[in-house]
Amino acid sequence: MPKYLLLKHYRGGPEPHHPFPPMDQWAPEDVEAHMAFLKHVSELLEENGEYIDAQALTPARTWVRYGGSEADPVTSDGPLPETSDLVAGWYMIDVDSHERALELAAYVSSEPGPGGEPLYEWIDVREVMSEAPSDD
Amino acid sequence: MIDETTRRLDEGALRALVPRVLAGLVRRGEDFNAAEDALQEALLEALRVWPEHPPRDPRAWLATVATRRLVDARRSETARDRREEASYAEVRPGATEEGDDALFLLFCCCHPALAPASQVALALRAVGGLTTREIADAFYVPEATMAQRISRAKRTLQGRRLDQPGDLAVVLRVLYLVYTVGHAGRVDLAGEAIRLARQLTLATEEPEARGLLALMLLNHARLPARLDSECRIVTLDRQDRGLWDTCEIAEGVRVLESALAEQTEERPPGRYEVEAAIAALHDDAASAEETHWPQVLAWYDDLVALTDDPVRQDPGAVLGRAVAVGHVLGADAGLRETDRLSEVFGERHRWHAVRGHLHELGGDLPAAASAYADAARRATSVAERDHLVRQAARARATEHV
Repeated sequence: MPKYLLLKHYRGGPEPHHPFPPMDQWAPEDVEAHMAFLKHVSELLEENGEYIDAQALTPARTWVRYGGSEADPVTSDGPLPETSDLVAGWYMIDVDSHERALELAAYVSSEPGPGGEPLYEWIDVREVMSEAPSDD
Repeated sequence: MIDETTRRLDEGALRALVPRVLAGLVRRGEDFNAAEDALQEALLEALRVWPEHPPRDPRAWLATVATRRLVDARRSETARDRREEASYAEVRPGATEEGDDALFLLFCCCHPALAPASQVALALRAVGGLTTREIADAFYVPEATMAQRISRAKRTLQGRRLDQPGDLAVVLRVLYLVYTVGHAGRVDLAGEAIRLARQLTLATEEPEARGLLALMLLNHARLPARLDSECRIVTLDRQDRGLWDTCEIAEGVRVLESALAEQTEERPPGRYEVEAAIAALHDDAASAEETHWPQVLAWYDDLVALTDDPVRQDPGAVLGRAVAVGHVLGADAGLRETDRLSEVFGERHRWHAVRGHLHELGGDLPAAASAYADAARRATSVAERDHLVRQAARARATEHV
């Protein structure tokens, strides 16, 4: 069965379906509904036997590269640190098909936002390369 | 058929034997690394065999199986290792009392040459009697990674003298680390740390060991109230105090009092005793409003006085003190205290969270909301981030009412 990463982004990706404020500016009941939905998604994936992992990343980012022999590593904020693409976290799932991965991603994207309306958040779906050569 | 309770009981008893058997082997002159490996194998075998065939003398069984493994290992060893065998018969000097086993081994595991993560892992295996698998689960890393970490740690110890009196301060720090990382996971590491600290207090008269045990007990007592049914963080001021473990609080207070009784002009209470005293004051208040903040502040004054430059050496204590200052002298005074930390602590979520709390205390809800939001952006755990987002949303909503 293929494995997929469903990536959520802090920023970057296609033009948002509609703008929304950061979550700390939502009504408390909307915050609760959103968090409850995400918890429900994890439980659902586990019940389905599709869950592998879910993680969240802090927004702090450091680019680093080898600095050369006997030099310290070189670090950078990257180009355009305020606007460049930034991953917020992921679900890793093990599903029957690419279609199922897209279906689950769309479901994640229906997460409730301000006023309980769906967020329509873009989800970045990536297939994980398998270790073994394919049978076909 | 052996039911689950018996099995669990056996495992507990089995683990308690580990440090005694290991200390026995090491005192007999066995190499610490080899003995620890052999005992780990014996432990795994015991977990497999005992449920069906419980031994008459568990300790002797473990010692015998571990010794057999050691002999097997030596037989298959090469010439390089035979040289090391020369020192095999030498009985090393060291503590000889049986009650000192745990302490002796903790000093071995908490060798200053090891990184903290390795000290913790080794202590849990050699003294806590946990299997590599259990330790890996507790830290959410693959078993192979943890096995590698442990064997690397043991290579570091190879050839170092383990008979020197170690640094008790390092042992205490390692135990506290075990405690603080141990609130989640399948294995109750917090409970394990308390068990080890209790053993430690039997082996040393040092009041700080009792201070640490008291601190752990007094914090652990509040654990049942720290998360609600939805696993959301509940801060101290909003906890249902009826859920606190009064037996643990009573024990913590008793242990703390016996430690504090030994203070003199020359030996003021150490940091664990002081932190335990602060925890005791919180535990003692029937409601958040009844917290005796002036006393809390007085203990924080003692805590920051323990270092020469608290802002740099102990910023966590200065931050805790700022909260107490806020409650005693007013929110603005508390906020001024946090200003001193902006350079060292300004990127930490706790600094922003404390400022949020102080702004809220002073009635400035917009400032509180934005401080909580700043804290949420810097949080390093999902539970804390979610909690801080909720705090921000709540403060903003209250402001609009």
